[in-house]
Amino acid sequence: MDRYYAYILLILGVFWLLLSGHYTPLLLSLGGGSVAVVVWFMWRIDRIDGEPFVIHVTLRVIGYSFWLFKEVVKANIDVASRIWDPNMPLAPVWVRLDTTVSTPLEKTTYANSITLTPGTLTTDVEDDHFMVHSLSEEGIEDLRRGEMERRVRKLGI
Amino acid sequence: MAASLEILSWFCFLVGGGLCITGGVGVLRFPDFFTRVHAASVTETLATPLLLIGLMLQLDNWLDLVKALYVLLFVLITGPTAAHALAKGALHHGSKPVLSGDPKLQTGDSESNNREDESSNS
Repeated sequence: MDRYYAYILLILGVFWLLLSGHYTPLLLSLGGGSVAVVVWFMWRIDRIDGEPFVIHVTLRVIGYSFWLFKEVVKANIDVASRIWDPNMPLAPVWVRLDTTVSTPLEKTTYANSITLTPGTLTTDVEDDHFMVHSLSEEGIEDLRRGEMERRVRKLGI
Repeated sequence: MAASLEILSWFCFLVGGGLCITGGVGVLRFPDFFTRVHAASVTETLATPLLLIGLMLQLDNWLDLVKALYVLLFVLITGPTAAHALAKGALHHGSKPVLSGDPKLQTGDSESNNREDESSNS
């Protein structure tokens, strides 16, 4: 637990240094003070909330982000072409998507990745399935093929 | 070097701006709330990042670049959360998505669809 707060302290410190850009003693001490106050607040809140989550930015997470960005670009091109097409080829579906992701962080990541990709939108997150709205049947079939799910599970979060 | 950065940056601005317009046109053309969320997400997932990347390429100070990166990161993390909250709110309110096979999709006359949609939602 102490390591968790040390980690937060470090991250917030770096965050402040990058945001500020003014490295005079007065401002540095003000920054240090505000970081300390925020960590103290978090410590007080965590006693009530009880379940702090930390996403460690590992190489896998960065790799996943790049893969997701590539998918987002592909999906954007698809949706943009549907928007400009004079016939507007829409065939929206709203279906149940069975999923085996288990931990809350995996579920959040998977559901948010689905929503981030234009053309698919998560409307409900349940224990063993999501409800997904898609602009076309193909979007759902892509998800059912499960490549995104496999990649989220491999993140190990 | 400077010239190629300039060209790349303007390429990002123009494509990003074009996608913003695309998203807006989509919001106007698409038949119901849920399909419109998809159109709006074009603006938020690719147009905004492209505009920010174009901006980053223009910046001289690396600290400003870090700030633009922060903005990009927060937009990409909060965007889907907001879209999900919108969709869930619409479902709670009782609006049902227009699905494949609905005659509303075939008309292509978005003007009349808009009016119908508004009256059924209010």
